[in-house]
Amino acid sequence: MSVRVLTADFAISEEMDRLTSGNTEIGGVALFVGKVRGDVDGEALASMTLEHYPGMTEAELERIEGEAQRRFELSASLIIHRVGELKPGDNIVLVITCAPHRKHAFAAAEFLMDYLKMYAPFWKKETFANGATRWVAARDSDDEAAAAWAANSE
Amino acid sequence: MTEKPNTAKPGAGEIVLRYFAWLRERTGVSEERLILPPGILTVGDLLRWQSQRGHPFDQAFAKPEAIRVAIDHTHAKAAASIVSAREIAFFPPVTGG
Repeated sequence: MSVRVLTADFAISEEMDRLTSGNTEIGGVALFVGKVRGDVDGEALASMTLEHYPGMTEAELERIEGEAQRRFELSASLIIHRVGELKPGDNIVLVITCAPHRKHAFAAAEFLMDYLKMYAPFWKKETFANGATRWVAARDSDDEAAAAWAANSE
Repeated sequence: MTEKPNTAKPGAGEIVLRYFAWLRERTGVSEERLILPPGILTVGDLLRWQSQRGHPFDQAFAKPEAIRVAIDHTHAKAAASIVSAREIAFFPPVTGG
């Protein structure tokens, strides 16, 4: 179980190999990669800059990962989130979940992403091809997804 | 109630306030250390104080419902006590992932 915040890109297959190596309890691995889209509502994006709150980010990601371990049968998990300036097509986030059976791996990956989007202190600022900049607004649908998980546990 | 002069040693009673994303840009401050006036006991009190603090904080904090707060790296609601807080952060709703 681990979380990392990086400016550099991550190597997906190396991360997966390292996480699963030698662990024969694992029967399934689910992997999610979030990427920078090239346009926002038809406007061409030049770059996306990710700011975060060092210290709190790691604490929140570890808390979220701990919550996933309580809810699902997980053999191993990993969250990597990039910060700094990213370009369209770049990787932003990697979540890997490993479980004896696929259902827990799939569900835990979705849970981790929903909670990360709701609680982890990252902020995206878009810079468009025409030079305009805009802080990305939080989406109500992200709050609803996290709320649905919270309701499920009651 | 009359305010007593601040006789504390440097650092004592000080709190760290941090600002992220558009709150950092609008206040022009990423971090400050200060001693809060007496009577500010909760996150809600602190948000109200920020909105009455004068330029540029009053404008940045004009819509407190759009602002999230963390006490010592933990998300906090408006009713949360700040009495033993060392570091309080202000930021917009998060947009990672």
